[in-house]
Order: sequence, then structure tokens, then C-alpha cells
Amino acid sequence: MKRRHRLLLFAFGAVGIAFVYCAGALNMPAWGQYRGPYGDAIARLAVYQRHATDTVNAVTYDYRGFDTLGEEFILFSAVTGVMLLLRPEKQRAGEKKNQEGGNPASFRDRAALSETVQVFTTAIFGFSLMFGIYMATHGQLTPGGGFQGGVLLAAAPMLLYIAENTEAFQRIVSHPLVEFFEGAGAAGYALIGIAALTMGAAFLTNVIPLGMTGDVFSSGTIAAISACVGVEVAAGFTLIVYGYLREILSRAAREGQ
Amino acid sequence: MTLPADYPYFIAAWILLCGLYGIVRSRHLVHMVISLTVVQSSTYVLLLAIGFRQGGYAPVFAGLHTGVKVVDPIVQALMLTDVVVETTVVALLLAMVVKAHEKSGTTSPDDLRFLRG
Repeated sequence: MKRRHRLLLFAFGAVGIAFVYCAGALNMPAWGQYRGPYGDAIARLAVYQRHATDTVNAVTYDYRGFDTLGEEFILFSAVTGVMLLLRPEKQRAGEKKNQEGGNPASFRDRAALSETVQVFTTAIFGFSLMFGIYMATHGQLTPGGGFQGGVLLAAAPMLLYIAENTEAFQRIVSHPLVEFFEGAGAAGYALIGIAALTMGAAFLTNVIPLGMTGDVFSSGTIAAISACVGVEVAAGFTLIVYGYLREILSRAAREGQ
Repeated sequence: MTLPADYPYFIAAWILLCGLYGIVRSRHLVHMVISLTVVQSSTYVLLLAIGFRQGGYAPVFAGLHTGVKVVDPIVQALMLTDVVVETTVVALLLAMVVKAHEKSGTTSPDDLRFLRG
């Protein structure tokens, strides 16, 4: 199909989408006039039922916990897919064995990095870790939670890369424990759900004591699942970075021959 | 100029169509993947617009009395998970682009005319 024909077909479809969408949007409640009732019911009940002050995370990890488990496994399988696609290819006969031997530092323009950047990024490494852990463990109280905290945790080793501490960076991202944590996070979520089954309740029922509202160790499974998700997201993102890094290195090694 | 009262709904539609246009007109697979994320971000705008309430507070009751008017927490929870999941899916798609380029030597979607096992 020629590009012009394709564009014509798209214009036809776009007008159709716009028409149907506008017809639907014009019959929706006016913007800013949310009517409920489900959001209001959750906002009214979550604090009393689950002892969680952040109702968004009460929905994510409890009321809608089963769906989030599904999304969790989308994430898991996407990371698995990346690692599978970017796996190092087998050494062909006669090729030198330097697949993993490249140095990421060689792909950076050393002269371009200022000392300020180097010092500053190293200095905020610890803060970044701490903030990630804080986010992942306080999701039941204030905005945050496992997904956000996990991403922050995964960003910490990348700060080391920016700071050109490539040795430490490589040691962290290529560590076999990262893979373990990725699986453990996903399994932890599922096991918390199964734990409820062993107590005679439905899957993912909040069976852990709820604690005091406003306390870090409150809201039962919400805090526990949030922490599991944090571990999985952090490990998953780190694995993706590792996969791409390995790909770049092996490619450069191939081209360098 | 005054905006129509429901303008966030139409902004969502506009972002959706921009993303689709990008996919249709794409000459590069990476461009196509990024266009897909544009399409996806339109759903965020739509979801948050549906749950928005004029004068509503954030649905976080740390230091806020229950019974205060808040925006809908459910739609926020829906998009919260998706933001992170989308990123990993984009990583997967980009890995496919890397492999497609490796096998076929092209990054133009128009030139990918083969399927091999």
C-alpha cells in the first residue's frame, strides 16, 4: 500500500473515531462533576475497613488486588521477554570470547563529564535509595507505593553510571540476586494471596492484622504487597538495564573485531 | 476564547489521534513505539478527567477528615499500575526493534516484509 493511500485510510478512520468519541463524550457527566458512587464509597470506607489512609493504594493492592496481580505478571513477562530477546548469542566458532568483557566506560565521552556531576550523582545515590525504600514502605499512608518506590530504587544504580562509577554499576546490575529478587517479588505477591486461602478466606483477602491507622505497619496485606511489588519493580527495571547494557557491549565487541 | 466545559475529554481524543497518526506515518520502528506510548497516555488523561471533581481533594486521608469531597481514587489506581507496566512493555518492544534490525538490517516498518521462524 502506498503511503498516500494509507494516510487517506487513516483520515477516514480518524474521522470515524472522532465522531463516535465525541458523541460519547458529550453524553458523559460534565468534567469536574464526578458522580460516583464507587469512588465515593471507597473514599468513605477504606480508612475504616483497611486502616489505609491512601485510598488509591487501598484500591490498587486490596480492593483491586487481583487485577494488580495480573498487571504484575504483565511486568514480569515483559522483563522476561526483554531478557530472552537480548540474551547473548552463542559464540560462533573462531570468535574471540569477549562477549561480557567490554567496559561500559568506553562508550562515554570521558572529557564531557564534569566533576560536579560526578560528585553530585554519587552523593545523591544514598538519598535515592532511601527515598525509594521510603516510597515502597509508606504507600498505605501517603502517595507512593511499590510501583513508584521500585522505580526509584532502580534509578539509584543508574546514578552510579552517570557518575562513571561503572565498576560498581556493573557489579550491581549483573548480580545474580537481581534475578532472584525479581522472581521473589512476584512470588511474594501470589503467596500473600494464597496465605488467605489457607486460612479459609478468599484469595487475596486482607488477613494480616490491620494495626493502627497512620502507623507504618498498618493496613495488613496492603503494606506487605506494596513492599513485594517494590522489590519486583526495582529488580525488573534493573534487569532491563542490564539486558540492554549487555546487548550494547556484545555489539561493540562484535563490531570491534 | 473560552474553552468548552468538557475540554479534557477532547484533549484525550486529540492525543489519541496524534499517536495513531504517528503510528500510521511512521518511518522508523522506534518512532512507532514512542507513538504507541502517546496513544497510551491519552487513556491517562481520559481516566483522570472522568474521576476529577471540581474542588475535590486528593483521596489521601493522612491529615484529612473522611467525608471531605475527594476526587475518584479508583481511576487513579487504574493508571498508577499502568504507568510502570507500560514502561516495561516499551522496553520489550524496543528489544524487538533491536532484533528486527539485527535480522533484517532495517528499522523502517515499510521494509519489514518477511516473516521467518
